[in-house]
Amino acid sequence: MYSDKVLENFKNPKNTGEIPDADGVGTVGNPVCGDMMTMYIKVKNNRIEDIKFKTFGCGAAIATSSMTTQMAKGKTLEEALQISRKDVASELNGLPPVKMHCSNLAADALHAAIQDYYKKQQTKTEVKK
Amino acid sequence: MSTQKIVNLDYAAGKPVDPRVKEAMMPYLEKSYGNPSSLHSMGQEAKNAINQARKQIAELINAEKHENIIFTSGATESNNLAIKGIANRYKDRGTKILTSKVEHMSVVNPIKYLTTKGFDSVFLPVDKFGLLDLDALEKEVDEKTILVTVVFANNEIGTIEPIKEISRIVHAKNAFLHVDATATAGQIPIDVQDLGVDALTISSNDMYGPKGIGALYVRESLRIEPLMHGGGQEKGLRSGTENMPGIVGFGRAAEITKQEMQTNMIKVTKLRDRLIEGLLKPLPYTFLNGHPTNRVPDNVSVRYSFIEGESMLLSLDMNGVLVSSGSACASKTLEPSHVLLATGLKHEEAHGSIMFTLSRESSEEDIEYVIGLMPNIINRLREMSPLTPKELKK
Repeated sequence: MYSDKVLENFKNPKNTGEIPDADGVGTVGNPVCGDMMTMYIKVKNNRIEDIKFKTFGCGAAIATSSMTTQMAKGKTLEEALQISRKDVASELNGLPPVKMHCSNLAADALHAAIQDYYKKQQTKTEVKK
Repeated sequence: MSTQKIVNLDYAAGKPVDPRVKEAMMPYLEKSYGNPSSLHSMGQEAKNAINQARKQIAELINAEKHENIIFTSGATESNNLAIKGIANRYKDRGTKILTSKVEHMSVVNPIKYLTTKGFDSVFLPVDKFGLLDLDALEKEVDEKTILVTVVFANNEIGTIEPIKEISRIVHAKNAFLHVDATATAGQIPIDVQDLGVDALTISSNDMYGPKGIGALYVRESLRIEPLMHGGGQEKGLRSGTENMPGIVGFGRAAEITKQEMQTNMIKVTKLRDRLIEGLLKPLPYTFLNGHPTNRVPDNVSVRYSFIEGESMLLSLDMNGVLVSSGSACASKTLEPSHVLLATGLKHEEAHGSIMFTLSRESSEEDIEYVIGLMPNIINRLREMSPLTPKELKK
């Protein structure tokens, strides 16, 4: 059912955990549906310097989280916002069709974390003013 | 992966054919290819073999006559034959069909189909253990009710239903009772006369016979309409040339099962209880699904909070352990198991369920291996999960 790359990322996922002093945090999904992910990013000079995730879900949910963090690390925020669910799936050599929608949420979580970062920056700027 | 040992704890999905069963079947794949409908000696030999198998199966469930056993292609066909066969035969008497919320899809879907053809259905509730609500049954069963169909023990949670009680309630209102004993027959003694059931589904592979063969017990006085029309085999209830190797194998499997039931029941129950204890004890937020004691010997269904079943299934598979899951992610419909939801579990709890099914092939070593593996698997997934005890309460 799953590609070797999915299984490898499930077995040995990269960048798991939390970043306590994250610059942006994004959560998507919910436990009722069976998939929920939280992405934490640390931003330096407009680049994603560090990224970690926590995921509740199936094998595909964990593998896409792991892959998304690897793809986003070191990229500029603009580049990271371009990473789509489709990109993540093809980087994993594909996902079963039934998993494309429900478990492939990691790119959305990444985008939510970046939006959260922008929002926090705005608030900071406003406070300074 | 290649040299890793495999511990199968998904025997409900499929069992090996007992070598003694295979041996009984072999002549019917080779020299004895007669058609039981033929009048010549080769045909009569086949006919005798079928009757022998019918007797072996009748003895397993204590049917009053071996002629009351109808061979089918398996449990799905038996359930369809019973439900549609009774509904179509007795529709002039009433159109109401009752069942429980913990049925197999081969019961759920024939009933759903019949509701598109003018029948009414009620899916009766169960308690947190999966036991049918007898008060609800008593309230719903009325003079319009022609059929009540209930699973003997559900394959996902293993809870054994109070069939004798159900039979009393159903027959007080002159309705018929069909019981799906697919996941039960061969594991615990079944006596159709004592229980008072009108029709009962059993399947060969669940007792180490070949796949593709099953049977429906139909009580003498019950008339049903066939699904399959043709040459009139199986008393006109199931036309088509008989699956001789399957029937002979099923018969032998039923005979062996009956002879060895007591020994296997004790052995498997002991392994089951050790597995339940070994899974629940070391880890917090771990719960048993189904009834703690009133369950079939082979079933262990547990749920772990904060994590999801398919990821547990995959992790176990990577360690050579085969199980199945109640999670939506492991299903075709993307819905968690309707059986687990019927016992009152929330969606997120059902998602975190996995099911182990043991067999007489299982060993203490297998069970201890799984018990030893589980904490690492669960802790790894829980560490990765964003859910915490606090969030589950929300």
